[in-house]
Amino acid sequence: MKKRVVAVMMAAVTAAGLLAGCGGGQGTDSGSGDAQSTEEGKVINIYSWNDEFRTRLEAVYPEVESTSDDGTVTTLKDGTEIHWVINPNQDGVYQQKLDEALMNQADAAADDKIDIFLSETDYVYKYTDADADVAMPLTDLGIDLDTDLADQYDFTKTTASDQDGVQRGSTWQCCPGVLVYRRDIAKDVFGTDDPTAVGEKVKDWDTLKATAEELKSKGYYTFSSYADTFRVYGNNISEPWVTTGETTVKVDQKIMDWIESSKEWLDAGYLDKTVKGQFNDDWNKAMGSSSKVFAFLLPPWGIDFTLSPNWDGDTGAWAVTNPPQEYNWGGSYIHAATGTDNPEHVKDIILAMTAEKDTLLKISQDYLDFTNTVSGMEEAAADDAYASDFLGGQNAYEYYAPVAENIQIAPLSSYDQGCVELIQNAFSDYFQGNVDFDKAKSNFETAIKERYPDITEVQWPE
Amino acid sequence: MKKKRKSVSYAKWGYIFILPFFICFFIFSLIPLVDTIRYSFFEYYRSGIKEIGPNFVGMQNYISLLGSDMLKYAGNTLILWVIGFIPQIVVALLLANWFTDIRLKIRGKQFFKVVIYLPNLIMASAFAMLFFAMFSTNGPINSILTSLGWISEPIDFLGSVFGTRSLVGLMNFLMWFGNTTIMLMAAIMGISQDIFEACELDGCTSVKRFFYITLPLIRPILAYTLITSIIGGLQMFDVPQILTNGQGNPDRTSMTLIMFLNSHLESRNYGMAGALSVYLFIVSGILCFFVYRMTNGNNDDGYGSKAAKRKLKEARKGRR
Amino acid sequence: MKSKKTRHGQTILAYVVLILLSFLCLFFFYILIVNATRSHADLQKGFSAIPGTYFLENLKNVANDGSFPMFRGILNSLIVSSCSAALCTYFSSLTAYGLYAYDFKIKKAAFTFIMAILVMPTQVTAMGFLRLITNMGMYDSLLPLIIPSIASPAVFYFMYSYLQSSLPLSLVEAARIDGSGEFRTFNRIVLPIMKPAIAVQAIFSFVGSWNNYFVPALVIQSKDKMTVPILIATLRGADYMNFDMGKIYMMITVAIVPIIIVYLLLSKYIIAGVTLGGVKE
Repeated sequence: MKKRVVAVMMAAVTAAGLLAGCGGGQGTDSGSGDAQSTEEGKVINIYSWNDEFRTRLEAVYPEVESTSDDGTVTTLKDGTEIHWVINPNQDGVYQQKLDEALMNQADAAADDKIDIFLSETDYVYKYTDADADVAMPLTDLGIDLDTDLADQYDFTKTTASDQDGVQRGSTWQCCPGVLVYRRDIAKDVFGTDDPTAVGEKVKDWDTLKATAEELKSKGYYTFSSYADTFRVYGNNISEPWVTTGETTVKVDQKIMDWIESSKEWLDAGYLDKTVKGQFNDDWNKAMGSSSKVFAFLLPPWGIDFTLSPNWDGDTGAWAVTNPPQEYNWGGSYIHAATGTDNPEHVKDIILAMTAEKDTLLKISQDYLDFTNTVSGMEEAAADDAYASDFLGGQNAYEYYAPVAENIQIAPLSSYDQGCVELIQNAFSDYFQGNVDFDKAKSNFETAIKERYPDITEVQWPE
Repeated sequence: MKKKRKSVSYAKWGYIFILPFFICFFIFSLIPLVDTIRYSFFEYYRSGIKEIGPNFVGMQNYISLLGSDMLKYAGNTLILWVIGFIPQIVVALLLANWFTDIRLKIRGKQFFKVVIYLPNLIMASAFAMLFFAMFSTNGPINSILTSLGWISEPIDFLGSVFGTRSLVGLMNFLMWFGNTTIMLMAAIMGISQDIFEACELDGCTSVKRFFYITLPLIRPILAYTLITSIIGGLQMFDVPQILTNGQGNPDRTSMTLIMFLNSHLESRNYGMAGALSVYLFIVSGILCFFVYRMTNGNNDDGYGSKAAKRKLKEARKGRR
Repeated sequence: MKSKKTRHGQTILAYVVLILLSFLCLFFFYILIVNATRSHADLQKGFSAIPGTYFLENLKNVANDGSFPMFRGILNSLIVSSCSAALCTYFSSLTAYGLYAYDFKIKKAAFTFIMAILVMPTQVTAMGFLRLITNMGMYDSLLPLIIPSIASPAVFYFMYSYLQSSLPLSLVEAARIDGSGEFRTFNRIVLPIMKPAIAVQAIFSFVGSWNNYFVPALVIQSKDKMTVPILIATLRGADYMNFDMGKIYMMITVAIVPIIIVYLLLSKYIIAGVTLGGVKE
């Protein structure tokens, strides 16, 4: 009897499984099949890796009518729907799906075509590449670079341009890097926590090294890990990692400087040996009140999204000052996908989100982003409304703005993301004394050739 | 005689019964597999979002793989697998034997069984994340050890070859020993109690009983465990990938073959990945062939079931 | 007397080993659950063995987050995993029985073939698989996560081994004499005998499919079809914008609870199935 019950159950479960499966399949088909488009499409597909852009758009774009509860569809006032296609950055899933969709762009039905996609500075160049031609030149959309984008920071325009200097993307945020330090440690060691005085102590690498010795004698680390200083060197390289058309990775002298100083600093005890890399548990803990780390090199988003949630002491314990060298870190770019069926909407969104000073200032106030408007940020720097409680009432824009103006964007290549990631990885073994210098070099060579099959050679500076 | 007649009249049912499996396999595995093998002879990858190739290059991919560190990664994979598998099979055999031994009155069997299987339920990636956090230099393990006074300064587990490999081994062990135990238990309980009773009457010790009765009789399941574990080991990926952030640090000593494959897939190098897959395919085929032969005695009829069947028949006859 | 003593010693040894192993296993779950009850700020202060008070807060964060439809995800995962487990065990048993009980020309070839594909790493065929299902119009649906489980060589092999040791062909012949059709014989006589094996494999394939990240991540696109591992990856991959470890621990906890429930239910069934021992009657 029991056996029969089981057999029947098995059969029932199997049948139910088949039915459930079929149901799912049919749902998909009907979902993508409806709504044949004419002229300007009815659906705007936006590819991104999180809902950051969506929340910004909802907050400030005047055309937004409503967003569905699950956050996948935003309806505009004229009835056009924005479909958000969000894939995690993790394990390269986002780029993988985006690449797949971009390659099928020509064959896709009008409403399935990508209209807008986002990229980060580390791989923006992959998508702005003129030969790939997946991101439309902004002028083709009818955007006048000289008037519409006049108030943007120059380096953001350079970043979003291809090898011929044609701008193919635009951003609402800039990421000028500053030095964020603990006020209590500054008082303990220097007797003052005044940003100007501390700024003097860290104004260049030589001065900073002397300061590091001072901090060490009191039992503090200057920075948490060697990865913390990487962006300062890595985003100030003078030559691109790979020159367009070549298959050779050229390691910049700046990178070698980073390796040399990191090893020196680590061995000298200016860095916390137990913290390896960033965005891990040890690094987070280094931002806590029990840590002995004096400072971090972070852009605005880093302070609000990394430092602030990790800080467990009293509010107002941190302050910002000038970094030893100007640098930038991060930034999300908006691109119009070639082949979009909604060029007018896309143009409107790009302009509204990245070129309207009022909109940008609202983002700055609501989300503490440093936004892409030169005059607006200058105003913010002088406006106490932009002061931060987390920084003890300090107005950080005062320090961001001059850094942003001086940023010279490092020459980019499509290989940046891999080079940046792999060189840090290969040499962390060297810093920790697991391998010698030459072995670390050859490990980097192996890894980079694996990542980019077309790379044939790695050149190291003399 | 009788057997022959049966085969004539029922053969079509054999075909019908195995048909769904093969149809499904051909569609969802074979077509992609043929794709993979085909591309292994091509130079075919992506540079940014531009596709390079496919250009036919013959055996070039295979040759350049031999020149790479592939063999080193194969060695790593083997070491990591052995570190996890040996304790796993030993402990699993021991536990399965204890659990099924009616003379040992272990209470709370159900509880223990449920508990030891638990680690297998958690996602490998989540488990690796947990380990990564716990064994980090400022993590809970170090703070516990320090507060116990066993160590004076934090141990850098993931900074040393030994530490990293041991952790990978430990995780694989923890995740799989419960699974193996349950599997072996099912096998041991499938053995007729009569045999154990007869053995008891003959006065054999539990050690003897284990080696002379249990072990030989659960050989098919043991072979299954070994084969699946080898395949699993060869495919080891999630744990070291997340624990070492995909780099197999330190000095690529924890880089497994599939991590190597994954880095080719990540760069959309279909050609190289295809060639590497074919190598993997051949190696695992050879390994399994040997294991299969080893565990099924020296009959050479490919699927080696006859000997087992014969043994079983004899046993059954004896029982009756 | 002597044997009793060694048995006693063995029992103690068994307990010691079992308790040690249980501790090892539970320890990690304990940490996970404790961490799920603490806020991100608490977690930053370092590890503590005492649970915090943020359990409900974290749970609320997980449940109410519209961009990570966790409960929808659990439902999807349940559908995919149960269908896969059912299809996989049923068809593997069917195939194993087909190859075990019948003699036909390609029998040996078919068996060798399945043994050969047993070793195929799944990652290898992923890219081709994606292209294939896109062409078949099954992209972004749950079907490609379910149907391929019909062909599971590893489960087949387990079923085959089990049949070898548990199903006397005489039983099948007896059924034939009674006039039972072949499918009927399989469903009514063979399947019940295979119950223990099916239970074990059902758990394994359920768990495997529940935890599978690689294939769903490639196939699933829309939010309402995402399975649990993709959601967790999404949360974790939401990088610096969604920094809340407490929430992540809670999500992992929520993700493994259903599977533990299913396991607890099925594990009783295994024990019952094993002790029933189909062949004996």
